[in-house]
Amino acid sequence: MGHAAESTYGTPAILKEIKPAVLPRATLVENNRSFGWITDKICGIIEGRTPTWWWVCFIVAAFVASFTVAGLTYLVATGVGVWGHANPVNWAWDIVNFVFWIGIGHAGTLISAILCLLRQKWRTSINRAAEAMTIFAVVCAGIFPVFHVGRVWFAWYLFPIPNSNYIWQNFRSPLEWDVFAVSTYGTVSVLFWYVGLLPDLAILRDRFTAAGNKLRGFLYGLFAMGWRGSNRHWSNYEMAYLILAGISTPLVLSVHTIVSFDFAVSLIPGWHTTIFPPYFVAGAIFSGFGMVLTLMLPLRAIYGLQDLITQYHIDCMCKITLATGTIVGYAYATEFFIAWYGANPYEGFAFINRAFGHYAWAYWIMIICNVITPQFFWFKAIRRNTAFVWVLSIFVNVGMWFERFVIIVTSLARDFLPSSWGYYSPSIVEIFTFFGTFGVFSVLFLLFIRFLPIMPMAELKAVTPQADPHGHGDASAGHDGHRAH
Amino acid sequence: MAAQPYGLMAVFDTVPAVFHAAEAVRDAGYKFWDCITPFPVHGLDRAMGVRRSKVPRFSLAGGLLGFTTGMSMIWFTGAFDYPLIVGGKPYFSPMFAFPVSYELTILFTAFATIGGMFILNRLPMHYHPVLKADQIVRGLDDKFLVVIEARDPKFNLAATKALLEKAGGKEITELEA
Repeated sequence: MGHAAESTYGTPAILKEIKPAVLPRATLVENNRSFGWITDKICGIIEGRTPTWWWVCFIVAAFVASFTVAGLTYLVATGVGVWGHANPVNWAWDIVNFVFWIGIGHAGTLISAILCLLRQKWRTSINRAAEAMTIFAVVCAGIFPVFHVGRVWFAWYLFPIPNSNYIWQNFRSPLEWDVFAVSTYGTVSVLFWYVGLLPDLAILRDRFTAAGNKLRGFLYGLFAMGWRGSNRHWSNYEMAYLILAGISTPLVLSVHTIVSFDFAVSLIPGWHTTIFPPYFVAGAIFSGFGMVLTLMLPLRAIYGLQDLITQYHIDCMCKITLATGTIVGYAYATEFFIAWYGANPYEGFAFINRAFGHYAWAYWIMIICNVITPQFFWFKAIRRNTAFVWVLSIFVNVGMWFERFVIIVTSLARDFLPSSWGYYSPSIVEIFTFFGTFGVFSVLFLLFIRFLPIMPMAELKAVTPQADPHGHGDASAGHDGHRAH
Repeated sequence: MAAQPYGLMAVFDTVPAVFHAAEAVRDAGYKFWDCITPFPVHGLDRAMGVRRSKVPRFSLAGGLLGFTTGMSMIWFTGAFDYPLIVGGKPYFSPMFAFPVSYELTILFTAFATIGGMFILNRLPMHYHPVLKADQIVRGLDDKFLVVIEARDPKFNLAATKALLEKAGGKEITELEA
């Protein structure tokens, strides 16, 4: 009884008469892979021996990360003056790097939350790695403002913790909003990621226990919380996941909005613009997708994940990069137009100075990387050339770093009074510290791909054709014959 | 095997099979039973007769608490405990208090949602008869299990076994409590 009712449930009668054309749906898992194949493939990455390339990459990444440790140690031992900041440029690489890394994180949340709400099922094969990227990017981002406060051992003053001076935080300041935005973002990203991991940790628990590896079975089991795949649990789980996606969507939009308030609420020409929030959010998603492509394309090649990250997935990512890159380009044009149309001489000067002043080289790197590069993604042939897409994604990363550099440094270096103008160059300590964060990020990401499932197995299985309870898909798939042992 | 088992477990190979089995068990009037699936099967809730999840109630409570916490914290610190004039601005205004309250709304909602999910699911529960069964490895991988508990008033070893067999269940086993 139930089945017949289910099939016709919610279908308007008119559809039978007009017979709308059925658009072909993109296959999200190629080659009709079975459920068991997906489990074996993803778990196999963790269960197999540690590959040599992993050790090589890990050692290189750890070495690079030591630059951050060295740079920060020197800074704490000496003082924040070891960075190249000086009047009038008191925000420089540190804030550039902070906004750069935070922006990268945004694609992870976009994929896991916004695309979930929009029912973009292609997100399933990239969301786990993208969320991991988000968390590690927030870790890298957090380093900079915390150390920029100078006396890092007082960084807890950022939070409303009662202290012996009876001084509370200034909640009128966007910088304080930023503290809450970024720490909430980091926390919610970790929670969202963990909830997604729960069923997959349970699979690993049972597989390691069955294989006799008690220690790893115990450790995965500890974090799996006794998950047993019960459908009564799935019901609450799916609701919780949907709500988390629902609240992460306004969260991700608010975080970069508030980051842009750090600038937009000030009075510096070049910063004091109302376009900043949407422009920053688009730029963040643009840079984040650049980083997702940078990370996922090599992983796909190394682990042979072509059946799970299909050409359709790459096309989708390229198109989002193209769309957001074009929005960013449009925002650059709008800024210039408003600087002229607003008839404020300081504002007008700030923008002419950006494009033709001392930092023009940075401006044109930004334009080439952010406005020209994504336009290649219009062409299918280019989207199909994985190596070329990867190179373009690097350009996107570089371009978005320069965007923040251009916004922050050019505006400060030429403020209202010519007598206070200056030219900022980074010190070697800053360069080391920033360079090292790529190592910190890579170390964390390498540990992630070694010890945690890089794709959400449960979600991947749910988008295969044989997951359809009404047998529209090929229900014969999913037998042991398909398993690749 | 113990005199009173925890319940009976049957294995199903495909999604449509477990879907129809769930409908059969539901229609037979069982209350204490469950499906073990590797992923959330679309529509299985209705096939099982599971009601809509109560997680949103926790979320709403968390969100309201978060927003109130934000607003009252900023009022307390800036306008009550130590009023301090900064930039000639008011001691308290919901305008500048909004961004932080907004973030705290989201933060508290997230914790409440996840906490609510764990509470409603009675997790963490590291020991469970189902987890002791050998089939659980496949139940989280590519098979679909139906478990009917012995505490169900309609449970009868022979009759329940027959029901699961009729629904197409394989490897029907008694679960040790």
